[in-house]
Amino acid sequence: MNKLLAISICLGTAGVLLAQNQNFDNVEERILPVQGNVYMLVGAGGNTTLQVGRDGVLVVDTQYAQMAPKIMAAIRTLSDMPIKYIINTHVHGDHTGGNGALAKLGGGGAMPRIIANDHVLNRMTAKPAPGQAAVPDTDWPNDEYFGPSKDFFFNNEAVIVYHMPAAHTDGDSIVFFRRSDVISTGDIFTPERYPLIDLQRGGTVQGIIDALNRIIEITVPAKYQEGGTYVIPGHGRLCEEADVVEYRDMVTIIRDRIADLIGKGRTLEQVKAAKPTLDYETQYGATTGFWTTDMFIEAVYKNLSEKKR
Amino acid sequence: MVIASRSAVLFLFALLTIPASAQVDFSGEWAPLYHEDGPERLPGPELGDYTELPINDAARMRADSYDADRISVVPEYQCRPHGADYSMRGLGNLRIWREYDQATQKLIAFYTHLLAWDSERTIYMDGRPHPPAYADHTWQGFSTGVWEGNMLTITTTHLKTNYIRRNGVPRSDKATLTEHWYRHGDYLTVVTVIDDPVFLTEPLVRSDNWFLDPGQAIGVFGCEYAPEVPRPVGTVPHHLPGTNQFLTEFANWYGLPYEATRGGAETLYPEYKAKLGNYKPPAKCERYCTCTTLFNCNVSPSR
Repeated sequence: MNKLLAISICLGTAGVLLAQNQNFDNVEERILPVQGNVYMLVGAGGNTTLQVGRDGVLVVDTQYAQMAPKIMAAIRTLSDMPIKYIINTHVHGDHTGGNGALAKLGGGGAMPRIIANDHVLNRMTAKPAPGQAAVPDTDWPNDEYFGPSKDFFFNNEAVIVYHMPAAHTDGDSIVFFRRSDVISTGDIFTPERYPLIDLQRGGTVQGIIDALNRIIEITVPAKYQEGGTYVIPGHGRLCEEADVVEYRDMVTIIRDRIADLIGKGRTLEQVKAAKPTLDYETQYGATTGFWTTDMFIEAVYKNLSEKKR
Repeated sequence: MVIASRSAVLFLFALLTIPASAQVDFSGEWAPLYHEDGPERLPGPELGDYTELPINDAARMRADSYDADRISVVPEYQCRPHGADYSMRGLGNLRIWREYDQATQKLIAFYTHLLAWDSERTIYMDGRPHPPAYADHTWQGFSTGVWEGNMLTITTTHLKTNYIRRNGVPRSDKATLTEHWYRHGDYLTVVTVIDDPVFLTEPLVRSDNWFLDPGQAIGVFGCEYAPEVPRPVGTVPHHLPGTNQFLTEFANWYGLPYEATRGGAETLYPEYKAKLGNYKPPAKCERYCTCTTLFNCNVSPSR
């Protein structure tokens, strides 16, 4: 089997596989107040963003189904209101696996609107690849959007969902809470590891860079590149613009190096041997796990090589 | 009897004013002394100078690929301040003040203000814990202090990624900064220790000094970014591996073996001299021969 296809299947079923193999009993759901109406929840899977207020509760990304009771308990420390909206930043199971369970627990008898880019719905409803579990229909978005963005007013602030085409996947969204001045990025920005480029689901390295530049364009630091707009990443700690700039620089520089080597006719093995990520390895690299440095280099190489052809 | 009573009162008074643990007041206006590492701290370090830094291969490659054009081309770099570990080494005119809890008269915090980027820092003295790992990081980080005799030892975490030298040598957001503050009358010495599991193989130890200058008036630094070189959005100037032609300048200008300028823990120890073989230092200083203040720090020596 093609190695990237194998990786892709692994990513596609990340919610199922990881959920099956992980013991959630001892995982705490920790709440970090961010700014204004917005909170960050750190548990298992991707980060969850909460926006609470008099209109109800809005949840960005839902981790795994097994975490839903703990997420709900955390929400209840902040609000007695029902969940009105769930927004998925992308299709992967560690961000969408809790959609149905959380909707059932927190909807207050009504089904929350589950918003995502239409590519997310297309991916979730597609016939699964051999060995891959189908996504339960209770997890499917019921309010998909087309085009560059969707916006609405909730809890006294504008909520703007921007589509970031062909980045981590083809269905990525970032969510901007305009009054609170917070952006939830999904896996376009993961400050403790290299960006995961899911080529099989339409991800590209240039799309990641474009999306990071868009985030930098929206964020405005307060004084001396600090504070101002806060950024909740898909995984990892709370950040600000300067952290996104560091990350954007890293992805851009590595792209340039690999593109240069491809331009010189180097094979993938020669590119790996040249260690184009050496200076970032101790900060973002991994030799084990579901997204290693080798996989990252391979994805960038393959993506840039295809583009060149 | 009167004398005896007065003595008793004085004794009680003395007991009441003895601090629970030794506490020194660092409050005041402090002017920086640049007799240590002057050329690095005033005009700025030479490109390719990694001497005295216990860096790993990752840090060295990061510095090799650094292009200072990034500051002029990328607006987000233009008002980026020094981190807490570097800020006292720059334009370090320093103000320190402290805050006490009214009810208990316990010291809550020291505060610092530095000229460069108006950087301000709080050093909590009330025993509060550091934030969780997933909390935001800042340029000045999160600092707590404890007394060790008359020395104040400060631990700072939650720093943003920055540099340990202004020529691109990086310091990561996983680093911990430990400071030891000593006051010797009108002089203040701060010894800093940086532990960085990402970029250093050993702790980096440096020191800086100030003298008390009650008449000092620190101005407003101010900064507003202004792109001066039009470039496409997302441009990140850098040198591709093997293409940075400036890396050998430092070794050539100072008559140093190139390998010795590349840093690394090994180069910090006296045993490293044996590796240099027959190397002889230049007979005469040719560059930054005097550099102790803003006014005498010139590239070429006065003749």
